[in-house]
Amino acid sequence: MASLNVLAFVCLAYVAFLFFIAFWADRMATRGKSAAWMRSPLIYTLSLSIYCTAWTFYGAVGYAARSGLEYVTIYLGPSLVMICWWWGLRKLVRIGRSQRITSIADLLSSRYGKSNLLAAGVTILAVIGVTPYISLQLQSVTLSFAIFAEADPLRGYNETSIVFWVAAGLAVFAILFGTRNLNANERHHGVVTAVALEAIVKLAALLAVGVFVVWGVAGGVGETLARIDASQIGQWNVDGSRWATITFLAAAAFICLPRMFQVMVVENEDERHLRIASWAFPLYLLLISMFVVPIAVVGLDLLPAGSNPDMFVLTVPLQQGQQGLAMLSFLGGFSSATSMVIVAAMALSTMVSNHIVMPVWLRLQSRRASVSGDVRDVVLLSRRVSIAAIMALGYFYYHLSGGVAALAAIGLISFAGVAQLLPALVGGLFWRGATRSGALAGLTVGFGIWLYTMLLPALGGGLLPEHILRHGLFGLSWLRPSALFGIEGLDPTVHAVMWSMSLNALVFCLVSLMSFPSPLERLQGAQFVNVFDHSAGPRGWTGSVAQCEDLMIMSQRILGATEAQAFFDRERQRQGGRGPLPEPTPAFLERLERELSASIGAAAAHAMIGQIAGGSSVSVADLLAVADETAQMLEYSSRLEAQSAELSATARKLRETNEKLTQLSEQKDAFLSQVSHELRTPMTSIRAFSEILRDAGQLSAQEQRRYAGIIHDETLRLTRLLNDLLDLSVLESGQVSLNITAGGLSEVLDHAVSAALAGSERPLTVKRWPDAEGFRISSDLDRLAQVFINLIANAQKYCDADQPELTVSASASGGWLHVEFTDNGSGVPQDAQQMIFEKFARVSPERAGGAGLGLAICREVMQRLGGDVSYLPGRGGGAFRVSLPAAGEKAA
Amino acid sequence: MGRHVVLIEDEPNITEAIRFLLMRDGWSVDAHSDGATAVEVIRDAAPDLVILDLMLPGKSGLEIVREVRAVEGLQALPVLMLTARGQMRDREMAEKAGVTRFMTKPFSNAEVLTAVRDLHAQAGQG
Repeated sequence: MASLNVLAFVCLAYVAFLFFIAFWADRMATRGKSAAWMRSPLIYTLSLSIYCTAWTFYGAVGYAARSGLEYVTIYLGPSLVMICWWWGLRKLVRIGRSQRITSIADLLSSRYGKSNLLAAGVTILAVIGVTPYISLQLQSVTLSFAIFAEADPLRGYNETSIVFWVAAGLAVFAILFGTRNLNANERHHGVVTAVALEAIVKLAALLAVGVFVVWGVAGGVGETLARIDASQIGQWNVDGSRWATITFLAAAAFICLPRMFQVMVVENEDERHLRIASWAFPLYLLLISMFVVPIAVVGLDLLPAGSNPDMFVLTVPLQQGQQGLAMLSFLGGFSSATSMVIVAAMALSTMVSNHIVMPVWLRLQSRRASVSGDVRDVVLLSRRVSIAAIMALGYFYYHLSGGVAALAAIGLISFAGVAQLLPALVGGLFWRGATRSGALAGLTVGFGIWLYTMLLPALGGGLLPEHILRHGLFGLSWLRPSALFGIEGLDPTVHAVMWSMSLNALVFCLVSLMSFPSPLERLQGAQFVNVFDHSAGPRGWTGSVAQCEDLMIMSQRILGATEAQAFFDRERQRQGGRGPLPEPTPAFLERLERELSASIGAAAAHAMIGQIAGGSSVSVADLLAVADETAQMLEYSSRLEAQSAELSATARKLRETNEKLTQLSEQKDAFLSQVSHELRTPMTSIRAFSEILRDAGQLSAQEQRRYAGIIHDETLRLTRLLNDLLDLSVLESGQVSLNITAGGLSEVLDHAVSAALAGSERPLTVKRWPDAEGFRISSDLDRLAQVFINLIANAQKYCDADQPELTVSASASGGWLHVEFTDNGSGVPQDAQQMIFEKFARVSPERAGGAGLGLAICREVMQRLGGDVSYLPGRGGGAFRVSLPAAGEKAA
Repeated sequence: MGRHVVLIEDEPNITEAIRFLLMRDGWSVDAHSDGATAVEVIRDAAPDLVILDLMLPGKSGLEIVREVRAVEGLQALPVLMLTARGQMRDREMAEKAGVTRFMTKPFSNAEVLTAVRDLHAQAGQG
């Protein structure tokens, strides 16, 4: 019997050989010399056989020995998928290629709007889901080692150390194989070739053992069938619900397992290989499962009761003394385990690295100033560490579960775990309404139920307390892991799968219906669901002429027949081509796109050419949909803009009103302050002199008269001021009532001059031209006279000439009657001309009789009368013009 | 100590009233109506007291006080400000500018005389 050392040597030699094959295949591939067979459907089909792991190799016999024909379900599920649903797989493969998908996590994330949250969630689910599976490989390899070790007298045998070394060894293999090549988009030709080789080794080994058992031990087909009939296996009843459930699980797992996705989608060379695989892979499964029942039956017969049926493939040849066959069988099991671990670790580490480690690392990096070091090193390291961590998880699971469970039971837990991805995956492929929120919610619910009803109970005490297992969560019996919602009596696997899958799918659908997908999700959804409309066939457009014809037809529609023909002829000549149409070279397409974009716009031209030339995977319909959405958003935003413009207009109006009010309030304050000042000044004189008159004893009669005269003058000044104020206030408030009467201008002027000059001490000569004053006017003649009096009085007060003279002249022009008052003084200084009509404006530093309200009143009056009063600069003296609407013609 | 007053006031009737009051009280009064020349007048006359209107043509009373205070030797000169604008803010600004006492028009003659005597007495003690 082979010693452990020999066994270890054989393993190492076998792995070295595999490594060599992989290395060689990679070299061939990079040199472009890969043989045709390396890219053949056969290799693809064989690589799919990583579905058949140590579970299939060892566990199927054990499964058959324990549960009869039920093991068939494990093969039935994938076979049904391959035969009946290969078109669905083809869609998956097409999407994988057109979207450059690297893993199932990447696929789901990409479908649901490139959500990294979803990718990370799927990654975690996959890692947890696959952990029991890896543990299963560890357990089977350990068991097979142990079989040899028990018979090895030279060595003490320690199961724990074997498991550890098996785990470590597999981790090293996986790291060596899986992380040599960094670029996940590139296909791992080497690994796939090695996996295909291992597929042959495990099939050959199982067939050899089967042949030996049937013809060498049982003595022929007839004998074997008789033994089967005699054994319990043939008589077991078929449990319909378990069969259906496990077949479904196996089918779902076949699609969703990360390693299956890796070989089936990521490593796929050509989607037409699926057609071959759709019958060749079921055939492989048939071959590898053919001898399961015979081996199980013979094993049960030959070996002592209580021996592990999972190891019959190994123990039957050993018991029969067939060392060589046993070694081959061992290698077959080892192949199954290593190929699964390598590909699974590769797939999972890609997911962990891409969706968990790198995002975190990049975020940490961006917090620092710059990205330092080589990202490549970080990616490689993160993948290697991920592989080691995944293997460590498998190792710990083995320890937690005690390493005693049947292989098939462990495998089903894994299947149910990864099957939770199915609703989101299938929904994403066929239903445009599926949303990220739906996928996340469905996955969370399904995964949670799976953890609670399957994984944690399988791990036994410690993780899930005993009272929860017995009496349910929070003591609620309807929350017992084995009988959710009070449904009892179901097989635990059926129970868990039914609840997790149905609630997963239900929540996925409901949340998808209730949530609204982002534009990116919609676009991705359209591309996934209608992938065959958007992407080119397996080889793209076969005849470039056909493609160019399409371009020609499209161009004719857009440019017009003659112009399109001329353009294509020109291009053909430029290319020096012989054919009727130019070759669709990138340069030609670019020029065509520019030509078209002049007519239909750049985006549409790009989309149309992309549609025909196959360079773009976005259809015009998609573009239009996106454009529609953009238009809606634009409209919405322009509506918002209009609203906000309206709001800001209102705000501006309010601000203006507020400013006006503030200004008015300030003006009112200033006015009151002015009024106060103007009142206080005469009152000061009055008070001072009245006190003098009262208190001072010896005043001369002249002094008394003089002071009483001042008091009298200041009192008049006060009265005038108050009258002016009242007048102005009435005029400004618009409450003035005008007394419009007809009269002659001449008479009004006569009255004004005599009133203004009456009692005046300063001499003023008023020059008039009575011949030019013969206008009839219709106005408030008293008010008009008030204005004239004011202007004459101003000239009298302010004219600084030695012989003050005021010229009054009237004229009519353009429907207006103008009366001008020009004196011979120095006039109003230029900088003051603007303010003389303001209230309390006084130009001269000298004392003026009024309070500075006169001209303000004049302006108010004239505006009420429909005319105006203005200062005329540059007349040599102070000059004012009063304008009135001409009411009548010049009197005769 | 002399009793010489410079009065800057643009309202002739008020000037006449104050001149009458102070002359009877034994002051010599030097009255001016223009703000623009007030600082020079005060500097040249070196009076014992200044009576100043706030609103003057040419230069405001506040400016005049500030400039007077900047002249060497006139920092302690008593300045009585009379104004028809009696708001709190005007009073504060006047005190800040260096006015010694602030009176609002219309005032009583007795008030003016008392203020003038007080200011003169304080300046004499100081």
